Amino acid sequence: MAPPPSSAFDSSITLNINGDKHTLTVDHRTTLLDALRERLDLTGSKKGCDQGQCGACTVLLDGRRAVSCLQLAVAAEGRAITTVEGLSDEGQLHPVQQAFLDLDGYQCGYCTPGQICSAVAVIEEHAAGWPSAVTEDVRPEAGPPPLSAEEIRERMSGNLCRCSAYVSIVQAVARAAATVQAEPATAAPAGAEEAAA
Amino acid sequence: MKEFGYQRALDVPGALALLDADADARFLGGGTNLVDLMKAGVERPSRLVDVRELPLDRIEPTADGGLRIGATVTNSDLAAHPGVRRRYPALAQAVLAGASGQLRNMATVGGNLLQRTRCGYFTDVTKACNKRVPGSGCPAVEGEHRNHAILGASSHCVAVHPSDMAVALAAFDAVVSYETAGGPGELPLTEFYLPVGGTPHLETALPQGALITGVTLPPAPVAALSRYRKVRERASYAFAIGSVAAALDVRDGVTREARLAFGAVASKPWRARAAERVLTGAPADAGTFAAAADAELAAAEPLPHNAYKVTLMRNLVVAVLTGLAEEAAR
Repeated sequence: MAPPPSSAFDSSITLNINGDKHTLTVDHRTTLLDALRERLDLTGSKKGCDQGQCGACTVLLDGRRAVSCLQLAVAAEGRAITTVEGLSDEGQLHPVQQAFLDLDGYQCGYCTPGQICSAVAVIEEHAAGWPSAVTEDVRPEAGPPPLSAEEIRERMSGNLCRCSAYVSIVQAVARAAATVQAEPATAAPAGAEEAAA
Repeated sequence: MKEFGYQRALDVPGALALLDADADARFLGGGTNLVDLMKAGVERPSRLVDVRELPLDRIEPTADGGLRIGATVTNSDLAAHPGVRRRYPALAQAVLAGASGQLRNMATVGGNLLQRTRCGYFTDVTKACNKRVPGSGCPAVEGEHRNHAILGASSHCVAVHPSDMAVALAAFDAVVSYETAGGPGELPLTEFYLPVGGTPHLETALPQGALITGVTLPPAPVAALSRYRKVRERASYAFAIGSVAAALDVRDGVTREARLAFGAVASKPWRARAAERVLTGAPADAGTFAAAADAELAAAEPLPHNAYKVTLMRNLVVAVLTGLAEEAAR
């Protein structure tokens, strides 16, 4: 058990990370990123800018990608948190991880966990029919756009790579998308009912 | 960062009670702007009241054929919603033009409306800023103002509002709903943001302690043919240096109805009513579109380093309206 909170500025929380529950007392200022790295030894998520601009800290919250540097740990209680450590399945790499390996989707590797978490979500968002800023016709009747290199670049634009491995990253995301194409989306858009049409 | 209390609200009355009209407490939505500003020391709340789990996460049709968007709907869900994409496509495009996939998953509609300017002087606590410290001055007027306002600014502040979403909402006559301890209220989005004048620190007409509960889009058949186009300094994931939300109803080459709003040119989304008046009833051609842009931009008061925005906006208006007119003719 974590020690009880000592002031109005701390809380005892339980975080659900990669299917495991972790109880800890946090200063409210603690970001989810710092809780993962400094308190729970989950150092896969990286701190780049700490301002929500680089994407190195990307994790999945309830299946949706988010930057953990702008997510307060205390506000993440009750949500299903998936980090890069939680993507593989009993030693079997996630198709996105495998594609990044096979196609050299990195150079130094620092941004890679964030790129991979983001790409996992990009593939699900696209499968769920979400348009992007480069989708010419966003109307639902137009149907989902093909996951072209242009679409991948736009959808991955929240993840910066200072080694500029973008060419390989785009290829890796495209290959992974083709691999998981048959799998159902886990991040279907809420309110997708046609009733509002 | 200063220490702060944290409480999670589960319903609207609870949220209002927890805030308790404490001027130093803040509602926390997605946190994409507030947490960032807290790290920078610009925001120093005593307490956060987390409203992300309030039951305001629905997008529902209204009886008259509009849409009601809850305040905690994420930007992602707003942009993905079939009804938004079909009936107000420029709104979906505007949301998709903003931030990144990660941030759109976190950011809420209510928080998007209340986000603060990205003016570099505002976000740097070592600099003077009338918005952050009233009376301390505005270094942007004499300094770095390439991305700043050309319309509706004052010598006290030339910052622009950064939202893309709000530009489309302004074009479509959106109405903001809120709750206070004393009861509910409404504000048209075009009256939601206060004129800059000598009080740039007073940004919205929301009463102290009010909680935004949603945004209502009235029915707008004209919006079915609409477009949001954003100009920025890189292809993606950057704030606008100028943007346009536009809708046109063109029949037999004549504009019957037009909606036009500008982004990144003022302290608020700028509804271009002077331009709309020129467009309405006139031929839908490039000459009229340019005249409409000129009518709106006649009020522009650019600074030495942002005069380019006047030309940029004129060209943007002509390009977007020309594209819509061509689409209408197909």
